[in-house]
Amino acid sequence: MKLKPFSIATAACLLLWSQFILADGPQATPTIEQLWEIIQSQQAEIEALKKKQQETAQQAADADEKAEAAVVAVEEVDTKTAGVASWVDKTTIGGYGELHYNNFEGEDNEIDLHRFVLFFGHEFTDSIRFFSEFEIEHGVAGDDKNGEVEVEQAYVEFDLSENMRAKGGVFLMPVGILNETHEPGTFYGVERNDVENIIIPSTWWEGGAALSGYFANGISWDLAISSGLEMPTTGKNAFRVRSGRQKVSEATANDLSYTGRLKYTGVPGLELAGTVNYQSNATQSNNDGLNEGILYETHAIYNRGPFGLRALYARWNFNGSAVSAAGADDQYGWYIEPSYKPWEKVGLYTRYEKLDGARDQDQFEQWEIGANFWPHPDVVLKADYRDRSVDSNSSGADDVKAFDLGIGYQF
Amino acid sequence: MLTGRDDLLAICRSLVQPTGLVALVLLLVLPFHALAEGPYQTREAFLEEIFSGKPPSPEVIWLRGEVKETTAEILGHAYPGIRVRYWGVDNRTAWVLEEIGKTQPITVGLVVNDNGIESIRVLAFRESRGWEVRYAFFTDQFPGIKLTDERKLDRHIDGISGATLSVRALKKLSRLALYLHQQTVQENDSSQ
Repeated sequence: MKLKPFSIATAACLLLWSQFILADGPQATPTIEQLWEIIQSQQAEIEALKKKQQETAQQAADADEKAEAAVVAVEEVDTKTAGVASWVDKTTIGGYGELHYNNFEGEDNEIDLHRFVLFFGHEFTDSIRFFSEFEIEHGVAGDDKNGEVEVEQAYVEFDLSENMRAKGGVFLMPVGILNETHEPGTFYGVERNDVENIIIPSTWWEGGAALSGYFANGISWDLAISSGLEMPTTGKNAFRVRSGRQKVSEATANDLSYTGRLKYTGVPGLELAGTVNYQSNATQSNNDGLNEGILYETHAIYNRGPFGLRALYARWNFNGSAVSAAGADDQYGWYIEPSYKPWEKVGLYTRYEKLDGARDQDQFEQWEIGANFWPHPDVVLKADYRDRSVDSNSSGADDVKAFDLGIGYQF
Repeated sequence: MLTGRDDLLAICRSLVQPTGLVALVLLLVLPFHALAEGPYQTREAFLEEIFSGKPPSPEVIWLRGEVKETTAEILGHAYPGIRVRYWGVDNRTAWVLEEIGKTQPITVGLVVNDNGIESIRVLAFRESRGWEVRYAFFTDQFPGIKLTDERKLDRHIDGISGATLSVRALKKLSRLALYLHQQTVQENDSSQ
């Protein structure tokens, strides 16, 4: 119920008057004029109070507006400090690393800071970005040192449409499981599997340009034109694919390399992929007995609940008189790796590998069994045991039995 | 020697020789003529769609005390702000949140209805890999998911090989939206 100012004033007057009478006894009745004066006085007081109330409300609204403006300013400062609109926000840093301990049966044991990697990325616009990966291998690099300092990725990527991207620069070749995704917590085993070391020379990067497309049904494709391999044809590493990586270091580019990949990931947990890489001249020079090479690779990954399975097959074919004479014109390898996670933080696996590479020590079969423990999603502790039987024992090609421990991280 | 190896090499040779350098130049030049702009869907368009063309005025949740701590616990880092905007009608709220996958922020629109995820949509994806999280074959796993008492998702989400970090980012944002939705419900209950 709302009271009109006049009613309030009248009531106030009557109350005042009655109290006056009670306190001081009977008084003369006020005249109409006196009552009118009292009412006018009360009305003025009410008007003043109303005005003051309006001013207070306005002040409160002003204060709210100022508070909102201050919050927005704080958020903007936060944003700029974190850098959404600034250079700082558009530049990202990350990294990963892994330390390995290898306990070999009958050989010297080894502890090695195998990889220390830093990522640097920058977003120029919503559709143009830069990404790089800088790596130190084996702890220390330099003359007569084991390690290397490498720039494994440094490319600019462009969104051409919602479903197509292009990139130019130094990038990882779109082949295999580990070559593009190899943070330690993403795979089992202290050391990476050997097929993706000896047959697919991971980490394998080249300089060039690439185009990628995606479809809503989970099919994607990649095409790349890049620098090629420069494989040795003599010496202890003759025809070894891994020794052919030029690492985009003043790389000879007389003969380019062409890569195509088709991938299906349309069912969560499933990946099916196949890659073909064509080396127009695997030595970058003529008349040396090794000409073209072609790699075809296919793999499957399936993770369902606690169960996982990875399988990969890769094969190189080369032509040329020298490579055929050496019996290295056909090099292949495959592996299968079932795994099981009894708990969220623990995974168990076993892996069988079969390889036929260029060198005697690259021709073997191997069993491996081990476990990963993730105390944090970005930190992993690993342990495994491997048992390798080479096809034919010779100098430098011995059976291997080893127990490995590792710790890895990413951020 | 493998049967057909020379044929395969001949096919490759014929495919690449006439096109090699020309294709390389095209790939490098193409981006400057056909750049995509902006996100897949703007925040405004997302809200228009979610609220059938009549999005309500935004409201905010202040990140202080336990809410701030829990938000940081879910994300694994502090939320980059002092409040979170949301849009709500009855017991249905919409959120536009961001989280970095590997190196770049992924912008995600989420709708929570009656304490369960109604829908999740990637509005902008800037990572080089993990694009699969944009598509329905992945996001269709989320509707109906709720938060457990331990503030985990109550159902397993199958990941995508090579997109571990993008998948993790979307799972975190789902947990965050569900948690913040609970706070809006509690605030409404206490103000009534």
